Amino acid sequence: MIIPEEHDIAIRIRGLVNAFGDQVVHDGIDLDVKRGEILGVVGGSGTGKSVLMRSIIGLQKPVSGDIEVFGQDMTGGSENDAEALDIRRRWGVLFQAGALFSTLTVAENIQVPLREFYPGLDPALRDEIASYKVTLVGLPAEAGPKYPAELSGGMRKRAGLARALSLDPALLFLDEPTAGLDPIGAAAFDELILDLRDTLGLTVFLITHDLDTLHAICDRIAVLADKKIVAVGTIDELTHLDQPWIQEYFNGPRGRAAIDSAARSGQD
Amino acid sequence: MNRGADFTYEPGDGKAIIRFSGRLTLARMGDLPQRLASLGGYDHEGDAHDDEKIASVSVIDLNEVERVDTVGAWIIHRIKRDYGARIEGGKPDVVKLLNEIEKADQKVQIHPDTNNTFTEMLATAGHATRAAGASVIGMVGFFGAMMVGIGGIIRNPRRFRLNAVVQRFEVVGINALAIIGLMSFLIGIVIAQQGATQLEQFGMEVFTINLVGRSSMRELGVLMTAIMVAGRSGSAFAAQLGTMKLTEEIDAMRTIGVSPIEALVLPRVLATTIMMPLLGFYAGVMAVIGGMIFVWAGLDIPPITYLQRIREVVPMTDVMIGLIKAPVFGFIIGLTGCYQGMQVEANAEEVGLRTTSAVVQGIFMVIVLDAIFAVFFTGLGWK
Repeated sequence: MIIPEEHDIAIRIRGLVNAFGDQVVHDGIDLDVKRGEILGVVGGSGTGKSVLMRSIIGLQKPVSGDIEVFGQDMTGGSENDAEALDIRRRWGVLFQAGALFSTLTVAENIQVPLREFYPGLDPALRDEIASYKVTLVGLPAEAGPKYPAELSGGMRKRAGLARALSLDPALLFLDEPTAGLDPIGAAAFDELILDLRDTLGLTVFLITHDLDTLHAICDRIAVLADKKIVAVGTIDELTHLDQPWIQEYFNGPRGRAAIDSAARSGQD
Repeated sequence: MNRGADFTYEPGDGKAIIRFSGRLTLARMGDLPQRLASLGGYDHEGDAHDDEKIASVSVIDLNEVERVDTVGAWIIHRIKRDYGARIEGGKPDVVKLLNEIEKADQKVQIHPDTNNTFTEMLATAGHATRAAGASVIGMVGFFGAMMVGIGGIIRNPRRFRLNAVVQRFEVVGINALAIIGLMSFLIGIVIAQQGATQLEQFGMEVFTINLVGRSSMRELGVLMTAIMVAGRSGSAFAAQLGTMKLTEEIDAMRTIGVSPIEALVLPRVLATTIMMPLLGFYAGVMAVIGGMIFVWAGLDIPPITYLQRIREVVPMTDVMIGLIKAPVFGFIIGLTGCYQGMQVEANAEEVGLRTTSAVVQGIFMVIVLDAIFAVFFTGLGWK
């Protein structure tokens, strides 16, 4: 369901500068995320990947620069503007640790955005929506009435994803979705995101350290280094670039292993 | 090209058709679910409707549909499932989405199980009783663990963490001076003012000095300080240790071989135990000063006379009583704060609950002990 509408670009960032006090994290970032693509963002620890995501979704006020989401300027105005609220219901965010509301069950967590944005929705339909969302992200039915504290880390991530998908967003932000998962669980999660993208036509902004995830599902990869986006492209394009950090990242021992395993799974 | 969700129903014997059109998405759904429900089949309240009802649906026509999200797909799937209808038309991605949703059709419980109110009430009472019992036993156990910790330190004094203790002194004692001083000063004024009003009726305003001096040195100074320390430090202990427990810091300490009792609990309990008599005495003095200001301004008794009277009417035993009670109160407050903090297990909400119990239990036990002390000291003849 990738229907190119007015624009082809979901997120447009121009000249973004972020700083904490004197410490400059981003110094002029330009980045476009196309509609319907899965964009992976990589970078060493502390290069501000999460800060970049937080500034797009409005949790971090940038020093300067422009951010547009679906053609809507996100940097000016307060977070309760009608327009900003309208954008908010078109994205879903999965935080690193899930960030589920600990006093609500998994199913109730999924219903929170529905209650917030569509208070008139029939309660029975709302329950049904929560039910299929639980199943859609691969959680067992028993997980619905459980509290987040009773779930394993992997299940919590899935529950967080279900909540992020609650409003059927067009844009999904994932902050290290596979970190802390076992390889089988991580592979299943990759599969799930790819599947959801293909069926729901999502645009995905994905922060990750997981080389296998990059190989498996990302259409393009943006590399964050030296306070800038130093390169954007497919893995093939990036591996041929002459940039020391990128070379080390993709051609280091772990990078090679990931390329091998991707090649092997391609043959199967 | 941007229409909301809509549908038409064409009844027919064996070939009734529902034609959906527009955007079947959550944002454009409008009242479509209600209108479908009013046609029958999805009435969750069980009311009978007089409108025309869908007797059967054999075809669902999706040719006019522009977009579908999972909610739209779910509504289509529901009709298909309930009437055994056939899907006609629809773009390939819509069909794909329908297949995905069909796979996800599963009843999931939303809320945790709840029993009926009466059994629930009995169960709550039972749980509360058991928790109260467990708390008493746990406290005794915790007290024991602390004594073992103290024993260990006496045998091996180099393990004593002087820095941690002194740092706690500052947090519990020094940083509380301003607020406790102001509180006691104001209480001294209030007692003097209220006392003077009553005693005036008998022409015995001068006894206001006895009232202020004795009540603040013997009872109020220490008691109010204990309440303030429980609120400031007891709660902080519970919240700090509880958060450390959640972030596995305490487990990390154990694996490194550091005893959390020695490193965390003892310095805190020691700090409240030692700081309480100092703060309590200081509070008593501040209350006396507050009384002095009022007596000077309101009753025209000069400070020098006031202090002279205080020396005559406040017996040394009153000061002793305050100083004996204070460390016991401090110990109890530190112990409950640390104990409740160490009991945190599941989530952030529990940190809040445990912090509350630390303060409530701490103050409650202080007041119970104060009553026992009052009877005890009177029995000793320290009137």
